[in-house]
Amino acid sequence: MSAPTKTIEVTRVRGGVGENAARPDGIPKVTGEFAYSSDLWAEGMLWGATVRSPHPRARIVSIDIAKALALPGVWAVLTHDDVPGNKTYGLEIPDQPVLAWDQTRYQGEPVVLIAADHPETATRAADLVDIFYEELDPITDPEVAMDPGTDVLHPEAKNPHNLIRHVRIRSGDPDASADVVVSGEYTIGMQDQAFLGPESGLAVPDGEGGVDLYVATQWLHVDLDQLAGALGLTEDRVRITLAGVGGAFGAREDLSMQIHCCMLALHTNRPVKMMYSREESFFGHVHRHPARMYYEHGATRDGDLVYVKARIILDGGAYASSSTAVISNATCFAVGPYEVPNATLDGYVVYTDNPPCGAMRGFGSVQACFGHESQMDKLADALGMDPLELRIRNAMTTGSKLPTGQIVQGPAPVKELLESVRDMPHPDPTPSGPLDLTLLPGGVSNTTHGEGVRRGVGYGVGFKNIAYSEGFDDYSTARVKLWSAGGEPIVEVHTAAAEVGQGVTTIQMQIARTELGVEQVVVLPADTQVRSAGSTSASRQTWMTGGAVRKACEAIRVRVLTDALVGLDGDPGDLSLEGGKVISSSLGVVADLADAIGDAAYEETYEYHHKKTFPLDPETGQGDAHVAFAFSAHRATCDVDTELGLVKVVELATAQDVGKAINPQAVEGQIEGGTAQGLGLAVMEEIQVKDGKVMNPSFTDYLIPTILDMPPMQIDVMELGDPDSEYGVKGVGEPPTISSTPAILAALRNASEKPLTHIPVRPDHFLWSGERPGELGP
Amino acid sequence: MRINLRVNGEQSAVDDVWEGESLLHVLRERMALPGSKNACEQGECGSCSVYLDGALVCACLVLAAQAEGREVVTVEGLATDHDDLHPVQQAFLEAGAVQCGFCTPGLIVATHELLSRRPDPSESEVREALAGNLCRCTGYEKILDAVALAGRRMAAGGAG
Repeated sequence: MSAPTKTIEVTRVRGGVGENAARPDGIPKVTGEFAYSSDLWAEGMLWGATVRSPHPRARIVSIDIAKALALPGVWAVLTHDDVPGNKTYGLEIPDQPVLAWDQTRYQGEPVVLIAADHPETATRAADLVDIFYEELDPITDPEVAMDPGTDVLHPEAKNPHNLIRHVRIRSGDPDASADVVVSGEYTIGMQDQAFLGPESGLAVPDGEGGVDLYVATQWLHVDLDQLAGALGLTEDRVRITLAGVGGAFGAREDLSMQIHCCMLALHTNRPVKMMYSREESFFGHVHRHPARMYYEHGATRDGDLVYVKARIILDGGAYASSSTAVISNATCFAVGPYEVPNATLDGYVVYTDNPPCGAMRGFGSVQACFGHESQMDKLADALGMDPLELRIRNAMTTGSKLPTGQIVQGPAPVKELLESVRDMPHPDPTPSGPLDLTLLPGGVSNTTHGEGVRRGVGYGVGFKNIAYSEGFDDYSTARVKLWSAGGEPIVEVHTAAAEVGQGVTTIQMQIARTELGVEQVVVLPADTQVRSAGSTSASRQTWMTGGAVRKACEAIRVRVLTDALVGLDGDPGDLSLEGGKVISSSLGVVADLADAIGDAAYEETYEYHHKKTFPLDPETGQGDAHVAFAFSAHRATCDVDTELGLVKVVELATAQDVGKAINPQAVEGQIEGGTAQGLGLAVMEEIQVKDGKVMNPSFTDYLIPTILDMPPMQIDVMELGDPDSEYGVKGVGEPPTISSTPAILAALRNASEKPLTHIPVRPDHFLWSGERPGELGP
Repeated sequence: MRINLRVNGEQSAVDDVWEGESLLHVLRERMALPGSKNACEQGECGSCSVYLDGALVCACLVLAAQAEGREVVTVEGLATDHDDLHPVQQAFLEAGAVQCGFCTPGLIVATHELLSRRPDPSESEVREALAGNLCRCTGYEKILDAVALAGRRMAAGGAG
């Protein structure tokens, strides 16, 4: 190549890192053309259906499928006998039957599968399956489940007494005493992720014994591993492609219909579609663990925390799912983002006959944060101190030590976040203008025009780990290719990262644009033809897959620049790629990138690993178990109709350190959406489980926030930069769900002067004055 | 049975419809119009919002047979020219109101309906009008931005 003969204007490519780049799936999503997993269709496809146990705990005496099989239009009726490979699966412990055989452990457990030519035929066939159950008394209280006299639900389990895992953390002096001591008991109901796109997918047999599955999931490769095992196939005969995902929030970490749909497709040799209804969806995925938490905080008269003791019990439900990791988080972060010299922390997660629980946004930190923040307010009250001042006084910072002994190395701006939300303007005390019922507790039910309404303000701050912990290597792989077509450079990015709506596809494009100076970037559909990207969980994809894409791009850039240097004086470090040009810092533009590429194609694959983490010591809980931490704080302003116990969240202000906002608009979207889910847990969302049975499996009876429930927000996005990540990014998705809930509870307590020890808060809770949940008090 | 209906301006006849099928099922599974979504199928979430003879309805609550001889407009039929987006669609994109997008078609149809009868709604009116459309991703802030942006653009451009 020759030296430059003319000056060419270089414009930075649009849509790079730090911009509000448009999402590539945006246009199809607004026109209705985007193909979600429930939109798939194939010629000659059948519809799958699942027959589920109506009993929380029962012995299966017999299964008779003859009548169902005889129904015209029915192509297959399958039982546990038809599972070709592993009969059980699971994320951490393979304890969950693909189809139950001798017993069922929760209401809604799959027992029989149907394939039919119409969904209604499948439903009718399901009604014709004759399963004879012998009902058993369900074990529904996790503390009773741990009693030595209680039946053991999983005799093969490693631990006795229905215990899935006990996390024990001891730091400092277990006998430390303090001037001021407060204790409390807090409970949390079962929250549902309530993604809008129901579990669904399409399995297409390849005619040679293998299968292609198109499905909405969070981690293609962990699905592949479990799916191939259950189908008794090698992994190369099972190919999974990500279909459009209608939200996830943790509920798609576990398998739902994946194995079932593939079994039916392989059995019938026809494409099979499965699509859960909303009701079935409530039984089709794990939920957030309900919690019972006993806390004791001790402090000096000046307000320095001396010790925290906590006993946290999570109800794991019938199967382990990711319970072992959830209880680790709940216990590791039980004291919150504060410096606590002495801690005695015990977390237990237990098998019961309740619905299985696992991952949901915030993953254990949500439960703990409600506990420690409730306690901080109670302690402030006992000290006669401002709750914010108490928090700031004890705030963790860079260099602080967690109860696990791990030193916090990245930014930990707990004080700064609290000061930020403290200093934001407060909403108007009384709205001006004509009466607007939608702004009052009770809304258009017209229950008050302001009489009996009191306003409160409360604060919450929380944190959690980014990426997987305790020695797990959740790497991510990116394959990037650069070539030229029609005189334009083109970049292709291929990863298995699950786009669930949060925008990881856009992030990958933005990074490739910035690193290679190329505007035209295509992100291929995520599938199992490339190695794992790890899970879209734990606020990790921007860090991990973003990191992998950047590193792969860097490797390509070095090669391109080295090639471009041929015939020029200088070294590759002198050259850069920008705006589709090869630029020398001394010579200016030396070539069009497309010309420099010529007929070549540059391809690099990079496997990105985070720093090594270590297990927790089983006796002391000591260990550098976590990669990094993300923090956020909320201030809530709430009105309470103290006579009726109705609430209106008036405003939410939040501050969060995101490290670096790759896409500021998407960051705000995560913060607003995450906060809304925290509001839901605070004031409305609870799966009501009675004797092991779900009482409200519908959007009629399980309420999630509407646009009338969600108040205006103020957001302060801090970009402090993590030293260990690419661009300094941190995770964004989970922190808002962690600190919003306790802030709202603090505001409701501030308004009502009631203890409010259970979330979600219901109107009758405003009658409770006692210390224990449900107590009426004096 | 056979259903005759007009969808997005085109007259269609759909055969082999089972009597129990909803309009939503027929649109999605028999007419290749999956834009109307199936998040709850009991009229709580608004993800299947369509126009039926000009009125906003949940397609999941309408039997296909009830649509016989009637006019249906779905999210796929809002843009006047196939290559262009309707201002409401454009505003949802620009405002960042789309994440997973499952609620988006229903919200776009509901916003289209609101702005066609009330071109300059107050924030309270927007919240009231869209209270039947659930979104789990956005916390609704960017949706409010999108509605305001679309309203301004439509008022300026006279589109609708």
